[in-house]
Amino acid sequence: MPGGNVLLEARGIVKRFGGLAANDRIDLAVHAGELHALLGENGAGKSTLVKILYGSLQPDEGAVSWEGRPTTVGNPAEARALGIGMVFQHFSLFEGLTVAENIALALPPDAAGRGLADDVRSVSESYGLPLDPAARVASLPVGVRQRIEIVRCLLQRPRLLIMDEPTSVLTPQEAERLFETLRRLAGEGCAVLYISHRLEEVRQLCHSATVLRHGRVVGRPDPKTASMADLARLMVGADVQGAGNREGRPAATGPVRLAVRGLSLEADTPFGVSLDDVSLEVRGGEIVGVAGVAGNGQDELFAALSGETPASDDAAIEIDGRACGRMGPRRRRRLGAAFIPEERLGHAAVPAMRLSENAVLTRHGTDPELATGGLLHLSQARGLARRIVERFDVRAPEGDPEAGALSGGNLQKFVVGRELDRRPGVLAVSQPTWGVDIGAATGIRRELAALARDGAAVLAISQDLDEILEISDRIAVISRGRLSPAVPTGDTTREAIGLLMGGAGD
Amino acid sequence: MTGFEAVVLTIVTAATPLLIAALGELVTERSGVLNLGVEGMMIVGAVTGFAGAQLTGSPYLGVIAAMAGGMALSSLFGFLVLRLAANQVASGLALTLLGLGLSGMIGEAFIGQPGLKLERIDIPFLTDLPVVGTILFGQDPLVYASVALAVCVSRFLFHTRAGLALRAVGNNHASAHMLGVHVIRTRFLAVLFGGACSGLAGGYLSLAYTPQWVEGMTAGRGWIALALVVFASWMPLRAAVGAYLFGGALILQFHAQAEGIPLPSQFLSALPYIATVAALVILSRDQWRARNDSPSCLGQVFVPDR
Ligand SMILES: Nc1ncnc2c1ncn2[C@@H]1O[C@H](COP(=O)(O)OP(=O)(O)OP(=O)(O)O)[C@@H](O)[C@H]1O
Ligand SMILES: [Mg+2]
Repeated sequence: MPGGNVLLEARGIVKRFGGLAANDRIDLAVHAGELHALLGENGAGKSTLVKILYGSLQPDEGAVSWEGRPTTVGNPAEARALGIGMVFQHFSLFEGLTVAENIALALPPDAAGRGLADDVRSVSESYGLPLDPAARVASLPVGVRQRIEIVRCLLQRPRLLIMDEPTSVLTPQEAERLFETLRRLAGEGCAVLYISHRLEEVRQLCHSATVLRHGRVVGRPDPKTASMADLARLMVGADVQGAGNREGRPAATGPVRLAVRGLSLEADTPFGVSLDDVSLEVRGGEIVGVAGVAGNGQDELFAALSGETPASDDAAIEIDGRACGRMGPRRRRRLGAAFIPEERLGHAAVPAMRLSENAVLTRHGTDPELATGGLLHLSQARGLARRIVERFDVRAPEGDPEAGALSGGNLQKFVVGRELDRRPGVLAVSQPTWGVDIGAATGIRRELAALARDGAAVLAISQDLDEILEISDRIAVISRGRLSPAVPTGDTTREAIGLLMGGAGD
Repeated sequence: MTGFEAVVLTIVTAATPLLIAALGELVTERSGVLNLGVEGMMIVGAVTGFAGAQLTGSPYLGVIAAMAGGMALSSLFGFLVLRLAANQVASGLALTLLGLGLSGMIGEAFIGQPGLKLERIDIPFLTDLPVVGTILFGQDPLVYASVALAVCVSRFLFHTRAGLALRAVGNNHASAHMLGVHVIRTRFLAVLFGGACSGLAGGYLSLAYTPQWVEGMTAGRGWIALALVVFASWMPLRAAVGAYLFGGALILQFHAQAEGIPLPSQFLSALPYIATVAALVILSRDQWRARNDSPSCLGQVFVPDR
């Protein structure tokens, strides 16, 4: 345990949203050189607390001091002037700008001059998070966006680095390199406040931990000595069980419900990935996992499946035997398919719309009780939103809140629940448990398994290899727009998949 | 002066006020603020510019008065939409109405007075060159200023840090705020710049184009400048192309009508609009780029979370 001075101290922080106390008298001290974990289930108040420390929210009560001196952090500019840097849970990137421009904005003017593109390239390589400085953010998948956020923050050389779930969409290798970097920074005296739902990495990485539940500090366990189960129990307040491994189950014999046949798609943006002769069959009753490093065509594959990018040929995609390659999303939904994209804010849900309106957005074409003759039935929609909230244990503010008011993990539960609630025959889902706490992640995985058990075909795209190994009956790997044949999970190994992810199948 | 030179000169004088106003609005919109009051700021600039020149006896001080007039009106707009978070569309439309009314009131005393003209420059030898002499070296100073302004705005937006911050604010104000950029301050400065440009464009009309004050003399040019910004997909040099194209088509169709070309006059009057739209659509046909160049926060109110 490094014995640096107290860098940042917060006392009695209270933050209320309406009637709900998101933070309820929280005390926290972070020392120089310390890797401090902030743990808690979805909606526990972690993001709220760090936003207060970063000055983007103002506490209702409580005080903050920096190096022993009382301070008020009125806005992010002041926090940055103190030396606080933050990687946000929901990215704060500029879609219309390039990677280099996004990074330049966060740096002092003298560091953001002409050589920046080269700096970005070399520094990002050295952190193990390679970036193309000329790419436009709009065209990049979330994994790469996460890298930008992290590299941008590291380049600022902060004295306190706040990271809100930085690894949830990174590959294990990228995460490993990030930990090395963080350890080195801590060695140089930088303090890190680290939020993650991956308890294993917290135990590897962090020196100390603070656990929140319902906005209160419920414990300060030592992550080096506490077991995973201890931490999880502290977070959730009850024991947590796994979803149960699917390995060794008999191969599914149901009919092919989702088929992709020789699908090739030119990238429609300069930095996209072209799909090259992708073929895949998913039978009713099975979950097929697609593993791969971010930015290898997962987004394009998902868009082709959902109909956001129609194929040139109807036969390229079949849902329950119906050729639908050129259909749009709504017509595919009417065939019984459902789609859950990876990015919950902005793609899967509209932050400024209420949950009921968000529920209508993907379901008005398939649920006649939500809309008839172009007219919406809002009370039905509110009922539906309520049902999803209850069934999937979404911890949301009272009533019918805007999607943006939900914590990240709770919104994820909502967008997953919205589609699962329909009992689709075919489900394509990308990053199903991104940012969801372990209790809820287990719940979502169990729901996916139950859906498959009832005869649905489930295709799950994820960068989390553990998740893929846990939930899939068969696994395919996507690399540079090509998809390897799907093999039964029991017949493959982590190493074999790792090799394919690196492009060994080409 | 040959007929050709005369035509080119009129094209240039028709294009210049459009270009100046469009550049100002372009910077404002790049910061994410939609100011529909260009017409109102222009007409106020026209009258304050004219009044300034009459009262001081110097058309150059008139130019400054024109910019000040536009800026004064835009600062009111900025206060409404940035400090009070008022609706930008409604406030912009109100600004136009206010500007038209205000200018009529200020201008009442100046109706019918002969104005002071911003003289064209005259460089010995160069201006006397055949064909290109007057076109290149015999314009009034604001013509050169407007072209320089287009280049400067382009350099500013794409090659300076402040320009990057401005685009960032227009692209995603919440993220910009999180990175410590002062969103409201940046937008206020952009609005003021837009106001100064609109005022200057109005002043051009009353000091160079037709040196006199006539009520409603902007005659819808502010609206055309607004449209140019969109069709130029928020690119300053494209706005310049658009302004000259529009100016050119406008003047040529006058001549065509005067020559009695056997086309319906309604069609000829519509021609500048059609030509400009067509040309700029072709220029910005790269869909993907166009989508990403547009400031995504345009017209949205920014109130930081508390
Ligand atoms: N702007 C807001 N308006 C209303 N309620 C809010 C707002 N932001 C957060 N909340 C509520 O505050 C609580 C804490 O949210 P917070 O985002 O801090 O959770 P978290 O611990 O970061 O969860 P997660 O792991 O899911 O990201 C949640 O119940 C959330 O719904
Ligand atoms: Mg959070």
